[in-house]
Amino acid sequence: MISRQWISAAFLGLASTLLMAAPLNVGPATKSTVTATFKQEGVAVDCPFTAFKGTISYDPANVAASTALLEVDMASLDIGDPGYNAEVRKKSWFDSAAFPKGVFKSTAIKAGAAGKFEATGTLTIKGRVLTIVVPVVVSNTPAGTVFDGSFVMSRKAFGIGDPIWEDAIDDKVTVKFHLVGGK
Amino acid sequence: MKHYTRTAVALHWLIALLVLGALCVGWTMTSMAISPAKLKLFNYHKWVGVTVLALVLLRICWRLTHRPPPLEPMPRWQQFAAHAGHLLLYMLLLAMPVSGWLYSNATGYPIVFLGKIPLPTLLGRDKALAAQLVEVHHVLAIVLAATVVLHVLAALQHHFIHKDRTLRRMLSWRGRQD
Repeated sequence: MISRQWISAAFLGLASTLLMAAPLNVGPATKSTVTATFKQEGVAVDCPFTAFKGTISYDPANVAASTALLEVDMASLDIGDPGYNAEVRKKSWFDSAAFPKGVFKSTAIKAGAAGKFEATGTLTIKGRVLTIVVPVVVSNTPAGTVFDGSFVMSRKAFGIGDPIWEDAIDDKVTVKFHLVGGK
Repeated sequence: MKHYTRTAVALHWLIALLVLGALCVGWTMTSMAISPAKLKLFNYHKWVGVTVLALVLLRICWRLTHRPPPLEPMPRWQQFAAHAGHLLLYMLLLAMPVSGWLYSNATGYPIVFLGKIPLPTLLGRDKALAAQLVEVHHVLAIVLAATVVLHVLAALQHHFIHKDRTLRRMLSWRGRQD
């Protein structure tokens, strides 16, 4: 009896793994975007990351079994000026020589209303790890499955930016993503 | 009708002060190393710039509806030079803030007046265009500074050498006496 239960459980597991869509790769090549918006004296500036890659396993029938991993090249943030781009790579900011990647790795996905889910996961930047919850909207487009969402993070929580910048640049930074799943 | 109207006089000196400020801040901030102060000066420069733009538009509307006092007696070529110089100044005073606004937008920075009022974004982020616009803005700054110097020298020449009323027309706060 017990062994049969185990076998059927194993089959069920195998079946659901096979049924699950192949992981989707996302990156700039799939027309995906990842943008950090910082605010300086009321002026919100959208800065794109030009290099990142991720894999998303998304199963609409079993959303909870989905997983997401996104790795962003911290040195690829484009603030619009070579001087400022060089500045944010420095030790007091991203220290991207020592910590080249910012990583989001999902730990739990909770299904929401149709086409929505909440991804809980770890955000690792500059060697610090924080758990965040990100609301995501899924849509099917001719280009593929698209995942849109954003979250607000604190620079200080990750040790990004020297305190002298405190009154010039807000602590809160909004990260927006538009991930288009390619094969 | 010997003087400019008070509105014209006020706008002239206010714009003069702001343009001088914008030029000084512009030159200072672009030669500074990256720092929070530099970032702030860029904002203040932009806010002064859009203020100049608004005031110059107001000044032009005012001028079109209020005829300025006639020029003092002077040779024809000087009359022509005076008109051409003023026309050039007006064009530069418009082109200067507009090119700065476009440049800011092309680098991906919207302009939020005084950090409170978001102004329309006229251009999307475009690096190649930004590189050209910053050149335009820089060259215009040099031309504007040179034109302002000529404008001031001409006014002083009228006042101290020709000893006519040209400068006093713009200094008098008595207002127009038609």
